[in-house]
Amino acid sequence: MLAEDASFTVTHVHPMRTLDGITLPHVLRFLRFVTLPGKKKMAARIHGGAGAGAATALSTFNPKKLVAPSRTNLPAARSSKRCIVAAAGSDASKSLRVGHSQKLIANAAVATKAETSATTGTGHELLLFEALQEGLEEEMDRDPRVCVMGEDVGHYGGSYKVTKGLADKFGDLRVLDTPICENAFTGMGIGAAMTGLRPVIEGMNMGFLLLAFNQISNNCGMLHYTSGGQFTIPVVIRGPGGVGRQLGAEHSQRLESYFQSIPGIQMVACSTPYNAKGLMKAAIRSENPVILFEHVLLYNLKEKIPDEEYICNLEEAEMVRPGEHITILTYSRMRYHVMQAAKTLVNKGYDPEVIDIRSLKPFDLYTIGNSVKKTHRVLIVEECMRTGGIGASLTAAINENFHDYLDAPVMCLSSQDVPTPYAGTLEEWTVVQPAQIVTAVEQLCQ
Amino acid sequence: MATAFSATLPLHGSSSQENRLLLPPTRLPPPPSSFLGSTRSLPFRRLNHAHAARRSPVVAVQEIVKEKKPTNPLLITKEEGLVLYEDMILGRSFEDMCAQMYYRGKMFGFVHLYNGQEAVSTGFIKLLTKSDSVVSTYRDHVHALSKGVSARAVMSELFGKVTGCCRGQGGSMHMFSKEHNMLGGFAFIGEGIPVATGAAFTSKYKREVLKQDCDDVTVAFFGDGTCNNGQFYECLNMAALYKLPIIFVVENNLWAIGMSHLRSTSDPEIWKKGPAFGMPGVHVDGMDVLKVREVAKEAVIRARRGEGPTLVECETYRFRGHSLADPDELRDAAEKAKYAARDPITALKKYLIENKLAKEGELKTIEKKIDELVEEAVEFADASPQPGRSQLLENVFADPKGFGIGPDGRYRCEDPKFTEGTAQV
Repeated sequence: MLAEDASFTVTHVHPMRTLDGITLPHVLRFLRFVTLPGKKKMAARIHGGAGAGAATALSTFNPKKLVAPSRTNLPAARSSKRCIVAAAGSDASKSLRVGHSQKLIANAAVATKAETSATTGTGHELLLFEALQEGLEEEMDRDPRVCVMGEDVGHYGGSYKVTKGLADKFGDLRVLDTPICENAFTGMGIGAAMTGLRPVIEGMNMGFLLLAFNQISNNCGMLHYTSGGQFTIPVVIRGPGGVGRQLGAEHSQRLESYFQSIPGIQMVACSTPYNAKGLMKAAIRSENPVILFEHVLLYNLKEKIPDEEYICNLEEAEMVRPGEHITILTYSRMRYHVMQAAKTLVNKGYDPEVIDIRSLKPFDLYTIGNSVKKTHRVLIVEECMRTGGIGASLTAAINENFHDYLDAPVMCLSSQDVPTPYAGTLEEWTVVQPAQIVTAVEQLCQ
Repeated sequence: MATAFSATLPLHGSSSQENRLLLPPTRLPPPPSSFLGSTRSLPFRRLNHAHAARRSPVVAVQEIVKEKKPTNPLLITKEEGLVLYEDMILGRSFEDMCAQMYYRGKMFGFVHLYNGQEAVSTGFIKLLTKSDSVVSTYRDHVHALSKGVSARAVMSELFGKVTGCCRGQGGSMHMFSKEHNMLGGFAFIGEGIPVATGAAFTSKYKREVLKQDCDDVTVAFFGDGTCNNGQFYECLNMAALYKLPIIFVVENNLWAIGMSHLRSTSDPEIWKKGPAFGMPGVHVDGMDVLKVREVAKEAVIRARRGEGPTLVECETYRFRGHSLADPDELRDAAEKAKYAARDPITALKKYLIENKLAKEGELKTIEKKIDELVEEAVEFADASPQPGRSQLLENVFADPKGFGIGPDGRYRCEDPKFTEGTAQV
């Protein structure tokens, strides 16, 4: 149904949406000869509403009210008809409140001063790695069975300072400095989990966990099932991955694409200090094995997070920026590239809805679905390789579940199927940049 | 750093790096046993003596063990003897029955039988308590039985029935039992060793961090082929470094499917690899349950006292092929005959009778009892139901919310079809 307050202009409608045999692109071509009644700012709204297809909106089609799209005149102000997806889960409101603050960063790199997520008014500001540490420390205080193991997590304080100070506080056995043997210490963590502890296993770089693939796939993922449910493996496997600043191919890997097929594990990716702490705590409390993907370039993000305790739901996606024209699904570092592109897009008159999917396995098809049903266009922006990445799986899932709601094919922007080169220019071209995102949105929204 | 680890309490405060290195070891005085004299001369905490100390008199240990006469009547009592005998007979009968059932089409896939190696399983596991853990490989039926898992549960698991110890979801190579602390059953070799290391770590953690009274040990069984695998060495290192209460038992049956141990290993003497990592390495005749038991006793006591791991190499032999699918053509008939003559069950029977610990009749009664037990286990497994469709999606996750939120906004595990096993996940 058409929203009462909008006289609408059509920006783009797939030719399938016919009304009495007239396809709207035909109408648009006709409209080019129609004089515009001044520079009226018309919001383009083809409201699907929650669940209804766009076809219903056209039932009140009034050619007199049609104005040719004038993208530069589209209002930047949000109307109250913004469709806010209610996510299943008690802390949905919290994640939405964070999402409201527009985290548009000047450059797509590291440090940023994000706007405060005013949840209770008070709160404390910290960097992402400190948020992870805070979450970890709180859980270790809460449950003496929680322990950490990994290379240089103890005396060194962690290569990315996530475990800084914890060895002094909890001792060398609870924050265990392991030798360099990923397969064995990951397996050791799994054995410890089977016998009652709750280890947090750190891979100094996610790529190193390739050496632990045997343990992660066979034991971590499968053991609960193979033992007929007798043994639980409440481990958290975490570490930084993703493309950094000229770290070379092997230190720039995206392990989420390799791990996603393993049955029995959950994968989450954090992207802000708020969700980093929340996901860390939720992962530790979960009885399932959870792999928490952090990103090398996001550790120094600063944000104000609540003083009171909170956790984020492991299976939910985060609405970063509600919108109407197109759904952009992303996670981890690409969230910031998307938000930067969003800035440009808004200036150009588009209204992208940005969702940080956060849960890489399983996908939150409810949040994603509601968004697709509203905007009918999907762009996935990820850092994985083109082949076999999270985006590939997500594309398949969306096509399978929401095909009827799509006005355009799902587009997926991924990294090139190339080992990440060292040279800065080449590295930049392997990863999706904001300009490409803008182009893709323009292309999808034609 | 091993030193920092010797402290029984976690380090608090702002002790500097330097202080940690100089912490004196807080271990008990070394045991008076000459068997483990190697630990006394292994002051590897002092860095400058590390190399000299490594050349420990482990060779002496081997000789001491070999010198022990198995016919020493003080080695076991009658009760112990009968327990050992019964356990070995159970292992042998069960495995023989497995072979029969396999060829009758009651079980499928890979089935690896333990015939001939019973002395190792019985020798070690009968010394353990219920809370001690055992980790094995794919050749795990008898380890499970020795640890206390009922023959019914194991047989049902092999038949793939719901009443199996893993609800039919594991199979021959994945015998798990939470109740008896049987931590599996792993299909890939070497895969269980880190898990065993983790179980031993929990034991140490419970003692030192949670301040519980815990002296549980873990015994990890694996073969000669595994000893060329990285996971083995990584775990030897960590176990010795953290002084974990674990015993690494190598069941060296000289063959890894068709690969002879001598063809695949640069130095075939596996026990020597223990001292390289700072733990005693012992070689024992794995066809003699009493010798194995003596070595096991020392190793278990050592682990319970918190002195760290031991590597025990048991020279043993499997009378059948690698698995029931293995034609077993590569092994020399003479070699097989040689080891068949050293059948551990026959040897123990002879020992018990010669030393007047048991009469022939008593042993026959045990054999009969075990035969009936195994028959009954087969009947039970036959009569048990196969798993239903509803079992398909259970146990994938401990918390089934891990299947995620479906398009309708509900968790997939709340879908009524989930319990039927037909939900879209």
